[in-house]
Amino acid sequence: MPYLGGEETVKELRRALSNPHVQGDPLRHRSTVLRVIRVMSQGVDVAGLFSEMVKACATTDVVQKKLVYVFLCSYASLNPELSLLVINTLRKDCQDPNPMVRSLALRNMTNLRLPSLVEYVQQPLTAGLRDRAACVRRVAVLGWAKLHSLQPHADIDAAVVNELYSMLRDNDPVVMVNCLRALEEILKEEGGVAVNKAIAHHLLNRLKECDVWGQCEVLGVLQRYRPHSEEELFDILSLLDPYLLSPSVPVMAATLGLFLSLCCRGLPAVSLAALRRAQAPLLAACGSASPEMKFTALCHVQLLLRSLPGLMGEHYKRFFCGYAEPAYIKQRKMQVLVELVNDDNVGFVLDELKGYCTDVSPDTAQAAISAIGRIGRSYSDQCLEILTGLLGLKQEHITSVVVQTMRDLVWVCPQCSESVCEALEGCEDTLQDSQGRQALLWLLGVHGDRVSSAPYVLEAFVEQVRSEMAAGVKTELLTATMRVFLCRPAETQDTLGRLLHYCIEEEADMNVRDQALLYYRLLHCGIEETRSVLQGRRSDPSLGVLIGRPAEPVSQWARSFNTLEPLRQCNAGAESAPQAAPYHLALDPEPTPGSGGGQLGLSLSPALSPQQFEHLWLGGPQCPHGEPGKGLQAALQRSHIQTMAFTPPHTLPWRVYLYTHTRWGGPAPRGPTLVLGELLYTGGRGLRVTAKQRPRDDEAMKGFLQVLSGALHTSSTGSC
Amino acid sequence: MTSYSYCPRLSPFSFSIIFKLSFFLSLLSRDDLPDLHFVLQGRSPHLQRLYPLLCLGFTCNIILNGLLLLSSYNAKHTFINPVGEHFLISLVVIAIRNGGVLLFRGLCVNVLNHNQSSVRGEVGKDAVTVFYEKVTALTGDQPPVVMSHKELHFVHIRQGGLYWVVTTTADSSPFTLVEFLNRLTTLIKDYCGSLSEKSVRMNFALIYELLDEVVDNGYIQTTSTDILKNFIQTEAVTSKPFSLFDLSNVGLFGAETQQSKVAPSAAAARPIMSSRGDQGGKSEIFVDVVERMSVVIGSNGVLMKVDVEGQIRVKCYMPSCLEMRIGLNEEFSIGKSQLRGYGAAVRVDECSFHQAVKLDEFDQHRILKVCPSQGEHVVMQYLLSDELPSAPPFRLFPTIERDNGGRLLMYLKLRCDLPPKSSAINVSVTVPVPKGSLSLSQELSSPDQKAELRAETRAVHWDIPRFPGGAQLSALFKLEVPGLSSASMMEVGPVGLSFELPKYTCTGLQIRFLRLTPVQAGSSQRWVRYVTHSDSYTIRI
Repeated sequence: MPYLGGEETVKELRRALSNPHVQGDPLRHRSTVLRVIRVMSQGVDVAGLFSEMVKACATTDVVQKKLVYVFLCSYASLNPELSLLVINTLRKDCQDPNPMVRSLALRNMTNLRLPSLVEYVQQPLTAGLRDRAACVRRVAVLGWAKLHSLQPHADIDAAVVNELYSMLRDNDPVVMVNCLRALEEILKEEGGVAVNKAIAHHLLNRLKECDVWGQCEVLGVLQRYRPHSEEELFDILSLLDPYLLSPSVPVMAATLGLFLSLCCRGLPAVSLAALRRAQAPLLAACGSASPEMKFTALCHVQLLLRSLPGLMGEHYKRFFCGYAEPAYIKQRKMQVLVELVNDDNVGFVLDELKGYCTDVSPDTAQAAISAIGRIGRSYSDQCLEILTGLLGLKQEHITSVVVQTMRDLVWVCPQCSESVCEALEGCEDTLQDSQGRQALLWLLGVHGDRVSSAPYVLEAFVEQVRSEMAAGVKTELLTATMRVFLCRPAETQDTLGRLLHYCIEEEADMNVRDQALLYYRLLHCGIEETRSVLQGRRSDPSLGVLIGRPAEPVSQWARSFNTLEPLRQCNAGAESAPQAAPYHLALDPEPTPGSGGGQLGLSLSPALSPQQFEHLWLGGPQCPHGEPGKGLQAALQRSHIQTMAFTPPHTLPWRVYLYTHTRWGGPAPRGPTLVLGELLYTGGRGLRVTAKQRPRDDEAMKGFLQVLSGALHTSSTGSC
Repeated sequence: MTSYSYCPRLSPFSFSIIFKLSFFLSLLSRDDLPDLHFVLQGRSPHLQRLYPLLCLGFTCNIILNGLLLLSSYNAKHTFINPVGEHFLISLVVIAIRNGGVLLFRGLCVNVLNHNQSSVRGEVGKDAVTVFYEKVTALTGDQPPVVMSHKELHFVHIRQGGLYWVVTTTADSSPFTLVEFLNRLTTLIKDYCGSLSEKSVRMNFALIYELLDEVVDNGYIQTTSTDILKNFIQTEAVTSKPFSLFDLSNVGLFGAETQQSKVAPSAAAARPIMSSRGDQGGKSEIFVDVVERMSVVIGSNGVLMKVDVEGQIRVKCYMPSCLEMRIGLNEEFSIGKSQLRGYGAAVRVDECSFHQAVKLDEFDQHRILKVCPSQGEHVVMQYLLSDELPSAPPFRLFPTIERDNGGRLLMYLKLRCDLPPKSSAINVSVTVPVPKGSLSLSQELSSPDQKAELRAETRAVHWDIPRFPGGAQLSALFKLEVPGLSSASMMEVGPVGLSFELPKYTCTGLQIRFLRLTPVQAGSSQRWVRYVTHSDSYTIRI
């Protein structure tokens, strides 16, 4: 920050400070010092006044003393020699009868941060630990931590560490908490305070004396403690239970964090129960008056929903956006709303989201439209109706996002392609940005056979290709024209010829030109060859993706709970989460149900996304098996088998795709295998099971089939 | 996508495979690279055909990408597993949007060790500059709450038009930090009287002093005014703007006309600590019942959503700690099952109290006992959702149509359903209108109302300074919208209302009495105030 006239001001201040009249008058002296601090905080370099300020330090006026200390602490490292002069005053103040003066002197002595002064500081600090007044002890305890960070390699006297440990039993709760903080810093290399049973229980008993900040600190330190027995664990949990409902959000969050770290390994059921219990205070925090607190709570609600999908389903109205809320909160709320949708509330949620689509802020409108697209994966008809309606507005930014959303939707739910194709007619005039046009071209290319005007829209694009700036649009145009050519050659041949000619002869962008050349050569190889390259396999349009995603174990995100992590990932929604999941797995082996010796267990993690499933299914050897019976999703879920997709009921052939991971309990360690399966019911009696496996493990396959048939039998006896 | 620049476009399906491959690669080390070729060869037939191409143009890109991903993955991991679990506030900054930094204070040693070559003040200043650049670089309404720059993490809130920022480590609790900043702003408001750029500028010495006592070495020590009052010595500097309202209580020749039954609204906006001055001697206590309602009313007039969040705030100027008893309505009940008394029940769904509140008389007589400490505290918070004891305060009857000349006609009839003796003030109705609306002609029912078309919010704002209960106001707006189509009508609405209802609570919560024990002779004054704000009041059309 440049500040003009700085030097003049410093000169003038020096004159004033050394003026004996000013020094004699306490009020004038104080106001001069005040002016020095003011200029300092405005960014002027006032280091030159150091010696004058050292003199001003010797005063009985406490306010002036405090001000001078602010100055000295800022500039001490520039003048280590002169700072020695201050030490005498400070040491004298440490003997002052007034505890406030003592604590002030002690604090600033350690705040000077000069290694050369360490020898003078140690003695008053030791004395400070035994001071009568709690406020002096608080400062002294933290003083040792400051001293340690000043000389990280010098060993702190073991006697001091012992004294700090014994001061955990100090009467004053703040001294206790400060001891914890200081020990954490001093013993950082050894992993912080050693929390043994005695200390842990002492801390737990003193918890209610501390204020909110102290409680958070203590609960954080206790995360490292591992109870010796299950009984002790449950004692601790029931002691902490009231704090889960604390009116103060930080305490509630710290308690929940402690619950998760204590339980998530051995007792997943308890941690889920804790999450359910913390639901109410978290919801209350989502409605807090402070937008930042609201945001923090929303981000953590998203974490919770990863393990308990649909947890706050009935409270979905709490996540409706207020019209004056900042955009970043609105976007988070919409992300949460998407997760909460179920059969009962989908109408209300969509109604609400529809209102945001025409929001004046393009970001909010865009987020709302994408949210509708996400809901469309499970409730495609209602969502497509809204999206089609929005196209009628003929506004650039809305149309662009709608077309992109439709593209993504068609990719996941092929059954919507019919209505999307109808909606596409005529929206090419409104699209201006390259993202939207790319999406439109992709849709035209893939569904060119169903959009009657596709060749003519492409023709219009090809005519303007010279003025087109974005290379992405050009490459997309090439691919789309090629595809339409494959299904409607007569109408497209001329257009394609012109486009290829332009791209190969005139285009400056190498990327586009190379692609055009590739297609040109590909066409030389024959139409069948071209078709097999350009038209990959498609998903079976009769399948619908299931609602919601599988519940992740709490342990996958417990570490990031109550840290800055969930707040920072800006748009990491459902897309990235399941993909990142598998690699946390090594940290915490999943407990297998009924894991006896050598028994097989199934597990749902790592979760598979629909795309991954399709990808794995299409490439892998089959091992067919016949199996009688008829099954239901819930029964399968209970036996840790996840259903991926299924045909609507009462249609033939009826199909279910499912997957699971096998895991061996017992002494012989064997790697987990991934099993994918297809159940096919073609009418008549009997159900065909096709299973694929990676890596191959025949025994695991046998075990999986046993579990599967067991699940199918239970469900058929239960439902039929 | 930039890393894929010199390659032909592939079909989306193979693209998704390549994405996955690059993701798998992110987990392989350099030694595993031969596996890539193995993986590529095993894919579907059309990818195999492209394999030579992939090898030529792609592999390096993918590998680079993979390694990049790998490194970022590792970095993320070390963030989650920090060495020490303690959290620190390294720096507190108070900044304004376009005028630079008001005040900053380095609070711990550790942040400086990262950068030992530079001097203490400069490190702090660097962090401040980084934050400042981040804020000014953004164009939207507010930057995200958490921002990171290398190993620096900024957490900020916005209060009183200022940014309140701390820098911290990645593993610290955001709940604690945000709550701390909120508490800090309340403290500074208590000590300085109000929260604004001006008051911060005038009281920087006091704020330095407060920060020193509140945070030591990056650890929060205390935020309780009871403890702080022993340490804080600097007196607040306040500016008293001249205001005609101050004169309203003064009669002819300065004689006090009304034995003021009403305290001016600014009475509670003064520093809690001042030894001199006429106001300072008064020991007063202010109790505010503040409710915020968020309502969504459907196009058919049905109440879709109602949430009322309420607080009882106590602001105390009394130096000594007394016990205060706050009596609520006897019919006050919590939860659905527990109805009390015979009168109209005052019901809330959830209720929580400040730690210091004693509840031994609450079950029987609905009395809260507190020993208020100086400054402002929230004594009780409550929440009512999904129903209201009375009708929602405003109903809207809109008629919206296109006329033959391509103009948009909006006839809005707004009814206030408050009881006749209450009224709403500062009512502002916001009606979003189609994009490209040009001019507005209006017919309003009284001259004190105002309406205008604002381009930046794309909405018609209709302001009504005062709206008595039971009244009905109407307005006719004609908008010139070029190219108005039937689809554009979707852009009209939902209508947002913002208003303030003085002397009114939606839940019906009242304070029956305020008693201080021991009873002080005359000198203490007790004030109670009720107000309901609209947090978000939306009416769909």
